Amino acid sequence: MAELTYRDAVIRGIAQEMSRDPDVVFLGEDVAKAGGVFKATVGLYEQFGPLRVRDTPISEQAILGAAMGAAMTGLKPIAEIMFSDFFAVCFDYIANEFPKSRYMSNGQTKCPLVVRTGNGAGSRFGAQHSQSVENWCMMIPGLKVVAPSNPTDVIGLLAAAVRDPDPVIFLEHKSLYPTKGEVPDGEIIDTLGSAKIVRPGKDATIVALALMVPRAIQAAERLKSEHGIDCEVVDVRSLVPLDTQTILGSIAKTHRLFTVEENPRLCGWGAEIVSIAADEAFYDLDGPPVRITTPHIPLPAADILEDAVLPTPERIVETVNRSLNS
Amino acid sequence: MSTVKDRAPQPAGSGLNDDIGEEKRLALYRSQVRLREAEQRAYDLFLQNLVKGTSHLSLGQEAIAAGFAEAMQKGDLSFCTYRGHAHTLARGVPVEKVLGELMQRDNGLMRGKGGSMHLTSEQHGVMGSYAIIGAHLPIACGAAWRAQYKGDKDVSVCFFGDGTTNIGAFHEALNFAAVWKLPVVFVCENNLYMEYTPIRDVTAVEHPAADRAASYGLERILIDGNDADIVYRTAQTAFAKARAGEGPSLIECLTYRHSGHSRADPAKYRPEGELERWKQRDPIKIYRERLKQFGVSDQVIEEIHASVRKEVDDATEACKAAPMPPLEILTTDVYADGGWAWRN
Repeated sequence: MAELTYRDAVIRGIAQEMSRDPDVVFLGEDVAKAGGVFKATVGLYEQFGPLRVRDTPISEQAILGAAMGAAMTGLKPIAEIMFSDFFAVCFDYIANEFPKSRYMSNGQTKCPLVVRTGNGAGSRFGAQHSQSVENWCMMIPGLKVVAPSNPTDVIGLLAAAVRDPDPVIFLEHKSLYPTKGEVPDGEIIDTLGSAKIVRPGKDATIVALALMVPRAIQAAERLKSEHGIDCEVVDVRSLVPLDTQTILGSIAKTHRLFTVEENPRLCGWGAEIVSIAADEAFYDLDGPPVRITTPHIPLPAADILEDAVLPTPERIVETVNRSLNS
Repeated sequence: MSTVKDRAPQPAGSGLNDDIGEEKRLALYRSQVRLREAEQRAYDLFLQNLVKGTSHLSLGQEAIAAGFAEAMQKGDLSFCTYRGHAHTLARGVPVEKVLGELMQRDNGLMRGKGGSMHLTSEQHGVMGSYAIIGAHLPIACGAAWRAQYKGDKDVSVCFFGDGTTNIGAFHEALNFAAVWKLPVVFVCENNLYMEYTPIRDVTAVEHPAADRAASYGLERILIDGNDADIVYRTAQTAFAKARAGEGPSLIECLTYRHSGHSRADPAKYRPEGELERWKQRDPIKIYRERLKQFGVSDQVIEEIHASVRKEVDDATEACKAAPMPPLEILTTDVYADGGWAWRN
């Protein structure tokens, strides 16, 4: 075991896969010689050389299109889009090309690639460099969508994504880059489509993703100590494939469901989970499911404003406590 | 700098045994006739309501598809647009597979799951037909990157219309390919119209691809796209450059589509007489005269027409007799495991 930051886990995860398979190549803006704007790719250029770790122009369509062409013909590219907000300028590949080519060609075309991107708020970058775009990706048939919350999951899920035969959108949370965690030594390989119970409990299920996971855990500790409410926290980890069994199993145990989502409210992933719970676990529920989300507004830049809109441990504590005691 | 004029063919002298030769010339002619007959049949089948959805024909543009495909080697990759029937057929895909897809039958290239705008046959090197303008230029770059990285000698060939030169992905791909020196050949089929609007009305330069080549440090290449010999020779030069590791080419081929943009378009926006003038420069007419100039007999030419007609007739009958696709394929091949499961 060693303590590693989420940022260094990205480097280790990419290096693990590039060392294993010479067909894994990596491209993006400022990722090679500069080591990435978030310093999450430092040293890869030196370790794997200019043929495998390549700087691109500011051309997001070229980055994703090139990754797709390489994937179709035999490589296993990892492409970086610096900020997930920039998906909007290359969304054709995410929405129309990667996920539909296999289906449209009746199974002829393969697209085994990973798009890594810096997602989420907390950096005071304002409305175009802070969004949580997981719901943009989750709604498209043919994609897989992953968002790790801790360094060990970064390595294991990245390995699973690179080895997966389908296109995977890998959402790294910018505010988690400096966070630390204990990481096992040696190769780490995880499974897509598996949620994880990160804190067991019996009174309520809190389902969270990425940055919202540590906040949900903090809230659960306070709910226990301050209100005697014992919450189970489920880290979704992978939105597609979605591990509904773990979530439904937790609801069957606790009989209450809360989702904590960083994305704006409309069409957030929590709505899908609540809908599944309504269809399949209605009689397990002792009260209405509750979604805790960012309000349906663009994200503001100022500390005081941004902090006021993202779900916080305080808001989670207050919401869960009020719901269970009403 | 290359122009239409200095790339003109130089027949004469050695009969059929010039740099192209008899066998290749007959193949170029057969290919063009085959594309014409197959697409004409597709049009006839619309009129009988046997081809549904949309369809974009290349009637009049056959020399480009035939010329490039005949210069390609096995392993070279074609990336086409929604106007992709001709490029798909030219790589040797059976007429039945293409007509079957247009007729939404189970014998179609993709069993009806893709349709006219997405023809794909990877076993023939046809890596897809892309219906979002410009999307496939970066994708062709990626396939060329793989060739460069692996030391493979194949070339990625990317076909698109004049309208594509005004979308961002065109410029991103050209710069990217030039900077990375990728073995990709970009082929602009300038048929003078972006859908319904004359390309000159919406473009800052006269030649939408050729006049922009210099922006990416590339040679200006503008050729007569209705002469299969010129197309073939230009393709050979560009492919040799790509295989030698000398990077991409951008080739603008001047041509004209005889039909409208799509089946819904009667092309009434054309000035009177324009179509008739271009029909005088019909690529098949030009090439038939070329063959005769080289001494090919009418009998040989007629045999080509007859055998092509038979393939198209047989394909039509096979497609009419073929069943519609079964509903079981609705949920296949969304993911690589063959299925569509997004949850457990």
